[in-house]
Amino acid sequence: MSSVPITHILFVSTALFFIGMYGFFTRRNMITMLMAIELMLNSVNINFVAFNKYLFPENLDGIFFTIFIVTIAAAEAAVAIAIIINLYRSHKSIDVDDATEMKF
Amino acid sequence: MSYDYTAFIILLPLASFILLGLFGRQYFKNVSGIIGCASLLISAVLSIYAADQYFFVNENVAGTFESIIPVHYTWLEFSPDISIDMGILLDPISVMMLVVVTVISLMVHIYSLGYMKGEERFSTYYAFLSLFTFSMLGLVVSSNIFQIYIFWELVGVSSYLLIGYYYDRPTAVAAAKKAFVVTRFADLGFLIGILILAFGAETLDFQTLIHRLTDIQTTQFVAMNASAFLGVSLITWALVLVFIGGAGKSAMFPLHIWLPDAMEGPTPVSALIHAATMVVAGVFLVARLFPVFHQVPAALDVVTIVGITSALFAAIIACTQTDIKRVLAYSTMSQIGFMMFALGVSGFYGAAGSGFTASMFHLFTHAFFKALLFLGAGVVIHLVHSNEMKDMGGLRKLAPVAHLTFLIACFAIAGVPPFAGFFSKEEILHAAYESHPWVYYVALITSGITAFYMFRLYFSIFWNKESQVHEAHGEGPWSMKLPLILLAIGAAFAGFIPFSKYISPEGTPFHSEFHFTFSIAPVLIGLSGIFIAYVLYFRESTRPQRISESLGALYRTVHRKFYVDEIYSFITKRIIFNLVGRPSAWFDRTIVDGTMNGIARATATASETIKAMQSGKVQSYGIWFFGAIIGMVVLFLYLWK
Repeated sequence: MSSVPITHILFVSTALFFIGMYGFFTRRNMITMLMAIELMLNSVNINFVAFNKYLFPENLDGIFFTIFIVTIAAAEAAVAIAIIINLYRSHKSIDVDDATEMKF
Repeated sequence: MSYDYTAFIILLPLASFILLGLFGRQYFKNVSGIIGCASLLISAVLSIYAADQYFFVNENVAGTFESIIPVHYTWLEFSPDISIDMGILLDPISVMMLVVVTVISLMVHIYSLGYMKGEERFSTYYAFLSLFTFSMLGLVVSSNIFQIYIFWELVGVSSYLLIGYYYDRPTAVAAAKKAFVVTRFADLGFLIGILILAFGAETLDFQTLIHRLTDIQTTQFVAMNASAFLGVSLITWALVLVFIGGAGKSAMFPLHIWLPDAMEGPTPVSALIHAATMVVAGVFLVARLFPVFHQVPAALDVVTIVGITSALFAAIIACTQTDIKRVLAYSTMSQIGFMMFALGVSGFYGAAGSGFTASMFHLFTHAFFKALLFLGAGVVIHLVHSNEMKDMGGLRKLAPVAHLTFLIACFAIAGVPPFAGFFSKEEILHAAYESHPWVYYVALITSGITAFYMFRLYFSIFWNKESQVHEAHGEGPWSMKLPLILLAIGAAFAGFIPFSKYISPEGTPFHSEFHFTFSIAPVLIGLSGIFIAYVLYFRESTRPQRISESLGALYRTVHRKFYVDEIYSFITKRIIFNLVGRPSAWFDRTIVDGTMNGIARATATASETIKAMQSGKVQSYGIWFFGAIIGMVVLFLYLWK
């Protein structure tokens, strides 16, 4: 178990985070953007678990937090999809560039 | 015996004010006068009963009338020593004032039933009258110097409301404003005086204050006499400042300018507020603090000089005015001047305190005959619908009751024996003669002028020429005649009350002798004033006109009231407006407003330039967000060292 150094895990999570970020900025489809956000969230989760495991194995705070974030992410996804559905009903589109009324 | 019921004397008018003020116009439109009169009648009966109990039943303890505080509670406590209390202080002068205020107010309430009949705001008028009566009663029984200040401002407010009663007349509105501003300005002095007294004597309570500032062994007495500001001791400053407040309310020179203009109010109001009660509040204040004033000769000298100046000054002006109410206003000012200098020349112990007694005596008699004069003038104004003397003349047959009572009042004010004014004025002159002879001579001349202008008024109204009034609707209902008759009885016989048995600075009765030979000179002077008025005004003639023309510039100066109003408007409009008003307006508009507008403008410009960032595109927000986080990471991790 300890044969895998922490840097490998951090590399994975960083890669995941920037993949998510790339997806968030380049895609125009709101569902895809939502999925990209989920990727970023999960990269954070990996960080939490990894640091908990390697730095404070006697505590459970990091894992606890991860479960918490997963729960919140589920709720957030439900809300976000509800918003997207409503936007689709009114705009007949889920392209993020079509929903720019909320400006000055 | 207990005096607890005296609280009702004060609270009944308050109750009537609240009732009429809140509900009068909807529910009591027709009976509001009756409600006002009824509450005042009870108050008057109670105060006469209280006076009877105080002066005759309970008599005095060891030859001295004691001060009694039947009602007292602490309202605002600043420290164990200094607190604003609400209480009732009964001593000879406050009991006397209770009677004067309630009786005159009752007469005016009854008179107004007829005089103000059919007015649109009839119940409002009675509400204001009740408010005034409540405030005035609260003022005279105050047990605490701050309490007196509170009621002092309340009478100022009710005076303002009643002067401006005809609010659709611009002159009345201006007069109300003038009265309020001038007295308010004087009250600033009063307030500073109170603060100095509270600072020095470490109390606001009258009895403690007087005790501490008259007993030379107290530390407060020593401190207030020892510390000085600009070479004048602290106690002198305090008393002179308090007197400025009193002078403003009592229309003493040079703060008198509001009183003649205040005649814009309804005539019964002038009788009650601007003749008999409120304007003597200044005299009352000095009398209340008289033991302290007595310790400070400089302050008493100020009182004397201001009093005698006002008396002479107002009497001279009164000779040239043609509006009958203004003549009476200046005459009021002159008579209050008499009361003031009587206090100023008074001593403290035994018969030396006769000036104090005389001042209170004159206050008492003056309330009757001056209220009577105003109410009589009200009847005349009702009859001819004008305030100007030239529209009057020959009214003796049309208004017999007013004529007779007015004549009695004129005799009283002119000091003809045996009417009330004779005795009180005699005592004042005698007190002045004993201590300050020069004051006596000026006062003697003034009383001659008084007799002249009062009979000029009397002859011009009731004789002079044939009546020009054709529509004879009589002199009004009984509600107007009855107060005249009752007040005339007071004006005729009030002088026989042996005042020195009841009121003196110490509270100890003394025996004042009637000086027969002394009174010859004042009576002769008064009679010659009447005679001159008779010669000039009994029949219609051009003689007064010719005399005034021959006096030229002198007459014009007096007729324009010595240009005091013009001096005031020069000072306010030219000097204060230009040197203080305009610079501060400039400062306000450019610096204060400029700063605020500048901040607002900078914010608006900044938001104009950066608002393009809010594009509505979620992804561009995201870029800013991440960019900012990276920026902060760089800042905090690498640059912030």
